[in-house]
Amino acid sequence: MACEQWRGKLDLYSDGELAPADEAALRAHLNSCAACAVDVLDRVQLKHAVHAAGKRYEPSAQLRAQIAKTVAKTTAKKAPSANVWGWRIIFVPAVVMLIFALALNFYVGREHAGRERVYSELADLHVATLASATPVDVISSDKHTVKPWFQGKIPFTFNLPDLPGSEFSLIGGRVTYLEQTPGAQLIYRVRKHEISVFIFPEHALPMPSLLAGPVNALSFNTESWTQNGLRYFALGDASADDIRALSKLLRDAG
Amino acid sequence: MDGWLVYSMRVSEDRSSASSFEDLAMPLFDQLYNFARWLTQDTAEAEDLVQETYAKALRGFGSFQQGTNFRAWMYRILRNSFLSSRAGLKIVVPLDEEENENILPPASTTPESILIGEANREMVQQAMAELPTHFREILLLCEVEEMSYQEISATLGIPAGTVMSRLSRARKALRGLLQRNLEGGRHGV
Repeated sequence: MACEQWRGKLDLYSDGELAPADEAALRAHLNSCAACAVDVLDRVQLKHAVHAAGKRYEPSAQLRAQIAKTVAKTTAKKAPSANVWGWRIIFVPAVVMLIFALALNFYVGREHAGRERVYSELADLHVATLASATPVDVISSDKHTVKPWFQGKIPFTFNLPDLPGSEFSLIGGRVTYLEQTPGAQLIYRVRKHEISVFIFPEHALPMPSLLAGPVNALSFNTESWTQNGLRYFALGDASADDIRALSKLLRDAG
Repeated sequence: MDGWLVYSMRVSEDRSSASSFEDLAMPLFDQLYNFARWLTQDTAEAEDLVQETYAKALRGFGSFQQGTNFRAWMYRILRNSFLSSRAGLKIVVPLDEEENENILPPASTTPESILIGEANREMVQQAMAELPTHFREILLLCEVEEMSYQEISATLGIPAGTVMSRLSRARKALRGLLQRNLEGGRHGV
């Protein structure tokens, strides 16, 4: 009965494919069953005989060399693919950098053009104001007169400096517009030179980050800064030092 | 077997290197040729088959799935190339593995252990050569290449159960041929 149980598994046993538990059980059976042991021996003998007989043919040295050469050649051909990758490693970032540079150039150029446009417009406003028969709507050298005048006319307020003892004098002020944004224009005078100080809400202006600093716009000297959410522009034909000095007074007042 | 296990484990690690195909495939050259020669029964055809196998493997190495058995992959390429060759197209594998097919009945008088003991290497080789190709190839994969049932299943594209039954029938057929040849040799003397 035990032999019949194992007979179907003798091939699996001799091929080493039996599960460990079954293998141990069959081995125990083989120790007590001569018939099954001889059967397994026959199978193992046949396996060894086929193993030995099966290793019959050897390839020629010529075929070996030919295939080795083909494989090596193909591998060598594929090796340049590593170089291709090497090129890609250099080429792709270079292209990316080029695109980035072009994009940056375009962006900076666009920003620069916008900046030029803003200062040109401010210069126009300055010239037009001085050329006007009524350059200012509120004529006063008193900041306590000028500042309240803007209340209700512009959506913000600002501080103005006391100017006693300085070379600067306040002529007056008017409401102006830059890029459809209402703002204040103050006219100061220093040694017969008029300086316009424009004040606008910072957030309402285009590209505010590039507006700061001194700019030579149409030969006018300028200064620009932000303070309390407001963008200030000082522009006039006075010297750069005068523009800077007035800007400092205004900053200190803010 | 252990050497092959280590070799198989190395397959996935080595694939990424530029020379991995060479490292993996060239050690299989001798055994692939031997297998091809047994299949084709002809030196020139075996050489063509091995060359075709390496050429196809080189082209397809990029699609070889990492972690799978490289040796079984190479043998499968070789076998498929053979089956699509002029000689291979003549091979007929019975659809019903259980169907009896020209398997000689075992001799009644000679015990198998004596039979195998008496058979020399040439006799076994002669009997193997006479086996139907599907029996010969599965015996070679199991006994010569020492593949597991799972590897044979992957190489031949048949279920593990079919591997077992076909192996059993191949051995039975081989024993029958050996007995016939031995008996014939005795009567001939």
